[in-house]
Amino acid sequence: MTTSYRVMPGPEHFLPPSAASMGIRLPDPGQGHIHGSIVPEEEALEEAARQFLSARVPTIFPGPLVLWAWNDKAAKKAKAIRHLYETIKECVDSSCQQAMLIPMPDYRPKYPKINPEIEINPNHPNLTIWHNKIDACMFVGVHCHQANLSLKIIRGGTSCYTIAMCAQAGHEDAMLSVRDATADKIIRLADWVKKLKGSVAPPAEHSA
Amino acid sequence: MSKERIKIAEELYDIMPAEYQDLVKRATYGNEQRGWKDIGNAKELIEEHSLCAGCPESMAFRYILASLPNPEDTVMVGSTGCTSLVFPHVAVHNIHSLFGNQNAVASGLKRALTVRFPDRHKDVVVLAGDGATVDIGLDMTLQAWFRQEKFTTICFDNELYANTGGQESGLMQKGFVAKMAPVGKTFEKVRLPEIARESGCHYIVNCTVSKPNLIEKVIKNAIYIAREIGPTYLQLYTPCILEIGKNSMEGLQEMRDSEKPTERFAYKEYVSEPAKELLAELAAKEKERKAEVKRQLASTTVTV
Repeated sequence: MTTSYRVMPGPEHFLPPSAASMGIRLPDPGQGHIHGSIVPEEEALEEAARQFLSARVPTIFPGPLVLWAWNDKAAKKAKAIRHLYETIKECVDSSCQQAMLIPMPDYRPKYPKINPEIEINPNHPNLTIWHNKIDACMFVGVHCHQANLSLKIIRGGTSCYTIAMCAQAGHEDAMLSVRDATADKIIRLADWVKKLKGSVAPPAEHSA
Repeated sequence: MSKERIKIAEELYDIMPAEYQDLVKRATYGNEQRGWKDIGNAKELIEEHSLCAGCPESMAFRYILASLPNPEDTVMVGSTGCTSLVFPHVAVHNIHSLFGNQNAVASGLKRALTVRFPDRHKDVVVLAGDGATVDIGLDMTLQAWFRQEKFTTICFDNELYANTGGQESGLMQKGFVAKMAPVGKTFEKVRLPEIARESGCHYIVNCTVSKPNLIEKVIKNAIYIAREIGPTYLQLYTPCILEIGKNSMEGLQEMRDSEKPTERFAYKEYVSEPAKELLAELAAKEKERKAEVKRQLASTTVTV
């Protein structure tokens, strides 16, 4: 099935269609997708690094699968995520960019409200994105169903660029997705950020 | 989830909100002596909730969650109603079932957990309102008891459908007029505790949630008996203050008034013979444990 639909930064509209229903398919092992087009995995990692380097507030949203050390793999991924965050922080221009690492500790709806400075909730991720003016983010360690829900809400109501580093088959609802995430793959992304440092233009002063 | 797994990844510990750090450091997972007295001293498994201010159901939730003997290995099964508004906020595994299906879901769950974890106690606790337990889900409730499924059923009895504006329920008292039952109930409150006894439940209690120590005792008894012997049933009065025209601070008094000896929630308990033996065994063990603690304290004092 071919489609002209592209998964682009929003705001698309209040209830955007799921990308799968618009004909976007998931990448096979060794591949990723950018805006719904299948590309080799390395190309996707490179583009993810570019997005981080060109964003005003590049942010990583680690989910419960990596925040909780429920097995050795999860602990390793947590370490790799911290490394990626430190790398982004080091490689961006601190005068106009601010890297963030904001957890999604669980999926329970929070009442009376969440504190968007310290966490993101999948049921209303737009609050954290709006509050912190996040313009590029990466989901990692979020269960697929919750990630899809959240990615759609973000696409519907914000202009944030979404990246999904998925441990399973990837996410059509993200603008860029890599599948079969491992600690090594996260470190490879950090390597790309380091490699591209200085070659990507930082965001223009008042373009947000 | 096993308590050994409830730890935050070291590298991301600093970004976790304080409430999750508290949950790991100060909650009572794994403490076999946990109980209602931990409320206020330890991190509770429920904090914010979305019930009305002063709702007795929120008290009941606090006492029950503080009294589960084994929360890290407990799965609670809920159903539609006010209780389902609370489950998203509790730090215990839980399943929201289709309205009325809670005992059927719990049956399958308990059996699967028994097969998957033959060497561990995995407690399943159903917690649903009177509509789910007695009206819409009565078939599933009774069938689970007939089959002697080993889990506890708790009914939060507020005597009407509170969540949807006050319709008549089977557990409503005769003659009661509710907002959406203007004629008044024309037949008696269903005597589910008695039906439970005839259906094979081994431990049944009918009471209010005005006394936390009592709730701790009945919750623990019900879960221990369900683990070893068979189904148990607790019917707890959690009045809906809005639907009976009370103010936020009047819920506790309403329960106290309803548990007087002649009232419908006077404490009633049924314990089957095998359950009595089990409780006696547990009491003897507890006595021995306390004696041991006393001996150890005495020897420590002498040493010092």
